[in-house]
Amino acid sequence: MEIQKEMLAEHFRRLEDAPKSGEPVVYTFVPGNLNELVRSFGALPVFPEINALQSAMRGKSAAYIASAEKAGHSEDVCSYVKCDIGMARSGNVGPTGTRLPRPDLLLLSYTGCYTFMKWFELLREEYDCPVVFLQIPYQGDGSITPGHRAYVARQIRETVIPALERLTGQSYDEGRLRESLARSARAEEDLVAVFESALQRPSPIDAYFGAVYYVGPIFSAFRGTEQGAEYYRTLREEVEERARQRLGPATPSGVLTDQKYRLVVEGPPNWTHFRDFWKLFSDEGAVVVASTYSKVGGTYEFGFRHDMEDPLGTLADYCGGCYTNIDLPGRVRMLADYVERYAADGFVIHSVKSCNSFSAGQLTILREVEKRTGVPGAFFESDLVDPRYFSPANLKNRLESYLQMIEARRRAPAR
Amino acid sequence: MSRATDAAESRVSIVDWAAETAGDLDFSAARAWLAGDPSRRAAGYLPVYAPREVIRAAGLLPVGVHGGGDRLEIIRGDAFYQSYICHLPRSVIELAQSGRLSMLSAMLFPSTCDVIRNLSGVWRLLYPDLYVRYLDLPQVPEPAIAADFWEGELRTLFADLCALAGIPESDARLRREIAVENELRGVIAELYRLRRDAPEKVPTEELYTLLRAGEVVPAPAFLEKARAYLAAAEAEPSRLRDRVRVIVVGAFCEAPPLGLIKTIERSGCSIVDDDFLLGNRLVAEDVRLDGDPIRNLAEAFVRSARKTSILYEGRPEGKRELIARRVAAARADGVIFASASFCDPALLDRPMLRAGADAAGVPSIAFKFAENTGQFQQFRELAGTFADSIKLWGEK
Repeated sequence: MEIQKEMLAEHFRRLEDAPKSGEPVVYTFVPGNLNELVRSFGALPVFPEINALQSAMRGKSAAYIASAEKAGHSEDVCSYVKCDIGMARSGNVGPTGTRLPRPDLLLLSYTGCYTFMKWFELLREEYDCPVVFLQIPYQGDGSITPGHRAYVARQIRETVIPALERLTGQSYDEGRLRESLARSARAEEDLVAVFESALQRPSPIDAYFGAVYYVGPIFSAFRGTEQGAEYYRTLREEVEERARQRLGPATPSGVLTDQKYRLVVEGPPNWTHFRDFWKLFSDEGAVVVASTYSKVGGTYEFGFRHDMEDPLGTLADYCGGCYTNIDLPGRVRMLADYVERYAADGFVIHSVKSCNSFSAGQLTILREVEKRTGVPGAFFESDLVDPRYFSPANLKNRLESYLQMIEARRRAPAR
Repeated sequence: MSRATDAAESRVSIVDWAAETAGDLDFSAARAWLAGDPSRRAAGYLPVYAPREVIRAAGLLPVGVHGGGDRLEIIRGDAFYQSYICHLPRSVIELAQSGRLSMLSAMLFPSTCDVIRNLSGVWRLLYPDLYVRYLDLPQVPEPAIAADFWEGELRTLFADLCALAGIPESDARLRREIAVENELRGVIAELYRLRRDAPEKVPTEELYTLLRAGEVVPAPAFLEKARAYLAAAEAEPSRLRDRVRVIVVGAFCEAPPLGLIKTIERSGCSIVDDDFLLGNRLVAEDVRLDGDPIRNLAEAFVRSARKTSILYEGRPEGKRELIARRVAAARADGVIFASASFCDPALLDRPMLRAGADAAGVPSIAFKFAENTGQFQQFRELAGTFADSIKLWGEK
C-alpha cells in the first residue's frame, strides 16, 4: 500500500509538472489501454475514470456531478463522465490535490464500453485537442477472431503510432516496447499468483475490495514499467507470507481470518462509500475470493500474458480480452468457473446505474450462474460515483438476508 | 369518381394498411410471407442499422424489431432489466418470450449501444439454437481501415446467412438486392423531401407508420405502397398552416409512441426532419452496382453514413455544426431534442448538440420519453409553448 501511494504521488507530481517539463500527456481509458506503447514514447498517461473514482472516494464527486448536470448533462447517464467533466470545469485538480495538465492527445480505446466514445467527444469540446480512435471489436461470438486481431493491430500501426510520433517527435522504438511488454508479463504472472491465493482457506486476500488496491498500478500508469513489475513482485511475496501465516486480508473490520462466507462478486464497486460498502461484508465475516471487476483492465488468469515477440498482436489480444469486451455467455462461464473453482458459498452481483456495459443483462447472468452452479446469487444496486444512489440500510438488509439464506442452506439436510 | 377522390381513398387505404401492419405485434405479414414457402426464412434486427440488402440476398426476409411500443403489456420483460435501463430491451424480450418472434431464424444486434450489445448475449443464452450476430459497425475515421473492417464483417454475415438459408453465396443476388435497397432509399428520400417541402401533405404520424410497416414486409410490398402514398400525397392540394417547422432529434432507437408524434404535430409544430427509423436511410448514397458488391456496400457506408449519435464523430467541429446544418437543410425554425429515457447515445450527445444549436441561434427544447409513455399533456404544453414562442419572438 505504501509503495503504491508513493508511486501514485510521484506520477501525479510529474503530471502537474508536465506543462513545465514538456512531457506529453495522453488521456486514455483503463480497459484496452496501451500503456507500454504510450510510455515507450515518453508520454504520461491520465485515466479519467480513475480520477472519477478517486474523486468519489474523497467525497468530491457529488459537487462535480451537480456541476455537469447544471451544464445540461442528463441525470440518466454515466456518473464517471459527469464527475470528470465537473472536475475539468472546477480547475482540474486531481485526486491527490495536484492540478492535472490538459491532454495533448486523447487516445480513445473503445473497449467494452460505448460511453467511452461519447466521453472523449465531450472532452474534446473541453480541451480542443486531437483524438486518436482505436476501435476494439467486441467478442460478439465469444472469441477474438483473427480478423479482429489484425484490425486492431493495423490501427495501432497505422494510426496510433503515427499519432504518438507526431505528438512526441520521437520515432517508434519497437525494442523499447518489447522490453516494456516483458516487464508487463512478469507483473501479470505475479498478479495471477496473488488472485489465485484466494483458493486457500483462509484466503489471504479480498479479491474485490482489496483487489482494487492490487490492480491499481497494473490498470493504470505502471503496466510495463520497472516500478510496476517490482510492485507486483513485492505484493506477491507479502501475500504468500500472509498465506503461510494463515492470515486473512486487512479489512475495515480488521484482519479477516475467521472467514464465514466465501463470495464471488460481479460488477464494479460503489466508490462514494467504498469503505462502508466493504465493511458491510467484512463485519459479517464475508470475504470475496474472486471478482470480475478486477479483470476490467486485463484478464490474465486464463493464460494471456503480454508477449514481447509479437508487440502489436499482443496489444490487440490484450485489448480484446478485457472483461467488459467479453460477451454475456463468456461472463457467465467465468462467474460459474469462479464459484466452482474457488468453492464459493455464493455470488453477489453489484449492479451500478451508471454502467450499461456491466449492468444490462446482469439479471440474466444471475439466473444462468445459479442454474449452472446450484449456488444462489444476490443482486444489489447502487452507483459508481453518484452518492445519491447508495443506500446503506437497503444494502445491509439485503446482504444480511442473503447470508442468512446461505446459512439456512448449510443447515438444511442434504437432499 | 374524380382522380382527387381516388387518390384520397388510396391514401386512406394505404395509411390503414400501414397502421394495421405496423401495429401488429404478431408480425402477421412476415408470417404470411414465410407461410408461402416452407423453405423461406426471416431474420430480425434491432435498431439502428442492419444491412437489409445482405439479409435479402441470402434469401431471408429482414424484419425490424423495434419494440412493443405502448401496445404491449410487459409481463416477463421487466424481470430481465433494472429500472435504470431503457424500455426497449424489456419489450423486445417480452415479444420473444411470448412467442411473437418465433418465426425468426436469426437475430442481428447492431452496435447501437451497450444495452443492445448485451441483449445479443441475452439472446445467445435464451435461444442457443438461433443464429445470433452482433454487428460491430465501423467507427474509425480512416476510410480505408474502416471499409476493410466492415467489408470483413459483411462477408462473414453474408456467408453465415447463406449457410443458414441453405443457398450458395451469389454476387448477382447481392447486386439485385442492392438495387432494391437503392430504390427503397430513393422513395424514402422522396417522402422526406415532400414532407420537408409541404409538411401539411405528409403528416409525420402517417409517414412514420408507413415506414414502420416497411420494416416488417417484403421490399416490393413496401415499395408499391410507398409510391402510391407519395403520388397521393403529391396530389393533395397545398393548405397553408400556421405552424412552426421543427426537427425532432434523438429518437433513433427506442421509438416514441405514435401519440407523442401526433401530440407534437397537434401543438403547432410541423416535423420537417427526424431520426425515426434512421437505419432505413443511414447510408445516404446509392450503392454502386458494378464491381464487388460487398466492397461497394462497405465503402458506401463509410463514405456516406449520416451523422448520428451511434457513430463516432471524427471532426472536432462536427457535433457543434450538426444541428445548424440540419436546420438549414430542413428550413426549420427550431429543434425538439426527444430522447428515450436512459438512452446513452442520445443523452450523452445532447449537451454537445444543444450547445451547437444555441451557438447558431436555433431555439430548442428537450424532453425524454419511453416507448410506452401514455400521458401526453406535458408534451402538448411543452411543444405548444415552444411553437408559440417561436411564432411570437422568432426571427423571420
